[in-house]
Amino acid sequence: MPQVTLTVNDTKHTVEVEARTLLVETLREQLRLTGTHVGCDTSQCGACVVHMGGDSVKSCTILSVQCDGSDITTIEGLAAADGTLHPMQEAFREYHALQCGFCTPGMVMSAIDLVNKHPDGMSEKEIREGLEGNLCRCTGYHNIVKAIAAAQDVMQGRVPELVRAAAE
Amino acid sequence: MYDFAYHKPASVADAVKILASDPEARPISGGMTLLPALKLRLNKPTAVVDLSGIAELRGVKREGDKLVIGALTRHFEVATSAEVKAAIPALAAMANTIGDTQVRNRGTMGGSVANNDPSADYPAALLALGATIQTDKRTVPADEFFNGMFTTVLEVGELVTAIHIPIPEKAGYAKMRNPASRYSMAGVFVAKGAAGVRVAVNGAGANGVFREKAMEAALAANWSPDAVAAVKVDAGLMNGDIHGSAEYRAHLVTVMAKRAVVDAG
Repeated sequence: MPQVTLTVNDTKHTVEVEARTLLVETLREQLRLTGTHVGCDTSQCGACVVHMGGDSVKSCTILSVQCDGSDITTIEGLAAADGTLHPMQEAFREYHALQCGFCTPGMVMSAIDLVNKHPDGMSEKEIREGLEGNLCRCTGYHNIVKAIAAAQDVMQGRVPELVRAAAE
Repeated sequence: MYDFAYHKPASVADAVKILASDPEARPISGGMTLLPALKLRLNKPTAVVDLSGIAELRGVKREGDKLVIGALTRHFEVATSAEVKAAIPALAAMANTIGDTQVRNRGTMGGSVANNDPSADYPAALLALGATIQTDKRTVPADEFFNGMFTTVLEVGELVTAIHIPIPEKAGYAKMRNPASRYSMAGVFVAKGAAGVRVAVNGAGANGVFREKAMEAALAANWSPDAVAAVKVDAGLMNGDIHGSAEYRAHLVTVMAKRAVVDAG
């Protein structure tokens, strides 16, 4: 069987996989990182989004063998060792950007990639368009968009709008 | 998904050798079409030949009055490339509408072109821009390359290596997306350049991407949205399905053509 080496959340793993094994299967079943979810399994819902080399990808639509030698980040790799949440996670909590939570790991991973690729910040429209590949069936997206808008300010060193409004 | 052998060659020559030795082997680049098909067991290759290790197939260059885009260049890279944005902004803008963020991070121009999905965006752009598709064996003008739905002149084991795109004077694109699947129901790419005015349509035709020559003549005489508004598209040549009748798509082609001309300016 093919052997692949993945650096997942800064830890190097070498695992044996079948050529047909999907990245999400390796993450969940072999590495037991079950924060990455399988929703639709047809590349549409985005619950399985992880970062590969810093880019958001749907881990249900990539073979583990295609990831050999890659750096992968999953939702488990975001918070600091002492439990301090990533600013995006913190914003999702603060703005109540989830209800059932199933889509949340993928939403957070997609959102971080979007913020990283828009260093000057995104408009609400750009955030909504950027989330096209992530489906949420309960929130109506509104609070997710608000959370991402707030987190991008924190991640990019601006004063979040709501904090500014409260201070004025 | 059925299992298969996996190869990751480091050069085009090695990839072609593996593909030539096994007609049931399939190349993969981003895998955004192939993997979903494999998961549905619509396809059962003996081997998957991963092209992603072939560095020579990646990147965008400007060579005189054309852009040369490596087959493995991802949609995200086309959308954000300074060269593409400067030379053919409509192409960069189009690339930014393909699939979703994650598809654009993985999917490649060569893969999309070789697959020739009737709703794919690039085939219409390449046809309208008068591009040339370079393979490991030959160069083929877009007019000859696309050959009906999901069909091209590529032979088994032949690989797209680069796309050569003449830089137009003006170009624009507009599409109507299916509200659920987000695939193009009708998309029109218009371009005006050294080869004259060319108009190509995706998503709508009964036989895949095609040129709309009556619109080309109308725009050559008068480059304006009004000129294409008067051109009626033959519904008999359109695709009709649960998402829209042939008549509806014929109507959409005219509307999208008007918007594409506005987009081109």
